[in-house]
Amino acid sequence: MEVGQKRVNMLGEDETELRLGLPGGGGDHVAAKNGTHTAKGSYNGKRGFNETMDLKLKLSSKETAAATVDEGKDLPKERNLLGGSGDSVKPPPAKAQVVGWPPVRSFRRNILAQKSSTGGHEDAAFVKVSMDGAPYLRKVDLKMYKSYQELSDALGNMFSSFTIGTCGSQGMKDFMNESKLMDLLNSSDYVPSYEDKDGDWMHVGDVPWEMFVDSCKRLRIMKGTEAIGLAPRAMEKCKNRS
Amino acid sequence: MSHDPAEMSEDDERPPPADRGRAEYADQVLENVLENVLVFLTCRRDRNSVSLVCKSWCRAEALTRSELFIGNCYAVSPARATERFERVRSVALKGKPRFADFSLLPPDWGAHFAPWASAMAGAYPGLEKVYLKRMSVTDEDLAVLARSFPRFKELALVCCEGFGTSGLAVVANHCRQLRVLDLIESEVTDDEVDWISFFPDGGTSLESLIFDCVECPINFDALERLVARSSSLKKLRLNRYISIGQLYRLMIRAPQLTHLGTGSFSPSEIVQQGDQEPDYASAFAACRSLVCLSGFREIIPDYLPAIYPVCANLTSLNFSYANINAAQLRSVISRCHKLQILWVLDSICDEGLQAVAATCKDLRELRVFPIDAMENNEGPVSDVGFLAIAEGCRKLQSILYFCQQMTNAAVVAMSNNCPDLMVFRLCIIPRYRADRITGEPMDEGFGAIVKNCKKLTRLAVSGLLTDRAFSYFGQYGKLVQTLSVAFNGDSDMGLKYVLEGCSSLQKLEIRDSPFGDSALLSGLHHYYNMRFLWMSSCRVTRRGCREIARQMPGLVVEVFSWNNNAQDRGEENDIVETLYMYRSLARRVDAPKYVEIL
Repeated sequence: MEVGQKRVNMLGEDETELRLGLPGGGGDHVAAKNGTHTAKGSYNGKRGFNETMDLKLKLSSKETAAATVDEGKDLPKERNLLGGSGDSVKPPPAKAQVVGWPPVRSFRRNILAQKSSTGGHEDAAFVKVSMDGAPYLRKVDLKMYKSYQELSDALGNMFSSFTIGTCGSQGMKDFMNESKLMDLLNSSDYVPSYEDKDGDWMHVGDVPWEMFVDSCKRLRIMKGTEAIGLAPRAMEKCKNRS
Repeated sequence: MSHDPAEMSEDDERPPPADRGRAEYADQVLENVLENVLVFLTCRRDRNSVSLVCKSWCRAEALTRSELFIGNCYAVSPARATERFERVRSVALKGKPRFADFSLLPPDWGAHFAPWASAMAGAYPGLEKVYLKRMSVTDEDLAVLARSFPRFKELALVCCEGFGTSGLAVVANHCRQLRVLDLIESEVTDDEVDWISFFPDGGTSLESLIFDCVECPINFDALERLVARSSSLKKLRLNRYISIGQLYRLMIRAPQLTHLGTGSFSPSEIVQQGDQEPDYASAFAACRSLVCLSGFREIIPDYLPAIYPVCANLTSLNFSYANINAAQLRSVISRCHKLQILWVLDSICDEGLQAVAATCKDLRELRVFPIDAMENNEGPVSDVGFLAIAEGCRKLQSILYFCQQMTNAAVVAMSNNCPDLMVFRLCIIPRYRADRITGEPMDEGFGAIVKNCKKLTRLAVSGLLTDRAFSYFGQYGKLVQTLSVAFNGDSDMGLKYVLEGCSSLQKLEIRDSPFGDSALLSGLHHYYNMRFLWMSSCRVTRRGCREIARQMPGLVVEVFSWNNNAQDRGEENDIVETLYMYRSLARRVDAPKYVEIL
């Protein structure tokens, strides 16, 4: 409807320019009005700079898991939009998703997403995630992700608020730089590892994704210095299994 | 021959020296009498009026106020509050603005309970009850509560975060007189502490244990033993880690329950045909006092008939996590003639709402939540179900309704049929959506609500609204205290109408609407009467906000900045992303870097 259209544009040119995201969600309404795909999960107060990371991720690659940052507990539809699984899901709506709209509290969105659509009692693959130095654990449902990349992005967002502390005063600027954060998490500074069914600690990423989901019992993001020696065992196990 | 004080000159208010002792004694008697009378005054608005009469009354009121309610934790400092009110036994504190629930408030903004906990620890040794909403509470804060108040009885944490199971363990263990532990819609960290086991052995005084929001497994055996030794337990709301089999075991130990949250309401393993399962219905039948049912977190609808025995007595039913269809809902709701409060998912469709309207003639509060929160052309509920409710549930007082489509006609119908409406919150999910049939803005519908519902105190609007709608709000919404606006309005006039017309307005929260400085400045006469104003993604500039701050020193004007850098705040003509301002007797000392206080 014409009036509606006008309204969207009425908010001024300065509203449509892309800006750095305010920690926690400022610039994203802006991006949304541009029609870019801001599929946004909502977040809880503990995770910081979520939306900032989303904005950066979008700039670098539209297909990455911007929507799965909400600890992975998104509605299946949102994931399909990104994963491009090709089933009969509508294409992304012209009006992009906006932060905090509609005003449904995050735990209501999350909880429903945890249910399986078959109505049966399907086990989710919840594992505890701890990060060395972080004050508390988180939990993720591995079945909510389709790849290591999605999991890595979600973990990055989940623990981003803790890495701020380690960044120092320079850290704020660095932190706003997505690649630097990803470097931090992907670099030798932090190594994601997991405990498998046999109780061994393995390097995340060494086995195919499905095998990982089946065998992972818990995740630990450890400091690089402690992760030496994990990789070779992973490869051996892989050979033994195949 | 003695002077009669009553005959003394009217201009002379002080009694002559000879009589001053008598007058002071009379004052003291009056104050004592007053205190004894005021003890019975519980309504805080009445108490506020009393405290304004004169200094003596103010003192007496302060000494007799036992329930302290602070609607905005930043409106007053803990020190000032505890200095004025010396004998408080119950404290209620609210922190973050409501839009924090929708990720519009950056993290670590504030609302820390810690300074209040430590102030109260010193000032109120007899403290018994604490109610916190949208506060940031740490495990250490809970430890302070547990250590400092030997008579502590009731703790309710609503929409709070920052604490975990270790904090709960400390409360469970130390608060030996605990009657109420209510965790509602709060985020609780799993620090892998078995907090249920920390309740002391032996009988407890527990009357209410609500933990349905706790997202981690519970030691069931410990819980079962706890329920068995809590003979006063009336309210029990389990989390989704409790299976229906475990629910059964708890229910047979606690048939006296009045409020039950059923946990997952599905079995923990796959149940084959022909497996022996307990007689769930009989467990429900044994709970003769049950009036409030919730939970159903992972419901398998086959188990719904188990609750039939209690339906006739139910006054409150929360199915807002239950993905059930119209027929499944009808099988339950057709038996719930006494129902007053109903929360559901829109999976029940318009048809389900028609079933509700047909049976629940006493319905006071209805909330319909969306399963799919995306903007769509159609949804399972619409103006059809809404109209059915309007026609069937004439006693409705409060409605929260999410839908994809709505018509003015349906909203007008509700305004005419439901004169008792006090809370009207309609969320048409697609922004700027017009009347489904006429294509017109939703002005007339919402306007009818404010005009016809004479008791309306809370309003949340949506859909395509022009300034005309706001003119209606200002003209008719004289009792409206809370107004929520999102993606509405044409110009500054919209906000002006509201600020100039809604004389009872206390809480105004606006997002993504084209209201700017001129509108903001039109509310100067009223801001001291309000608890807060929130405006995000509107058109107010730093200059406008600063002008407010300049003219109204009794307000704290918070503006959230683009970067964390104090030096790089932005130009005066820049539009601010978020403005949050509130009346206050204190300055914030704990604001994070991205908050600029003008």
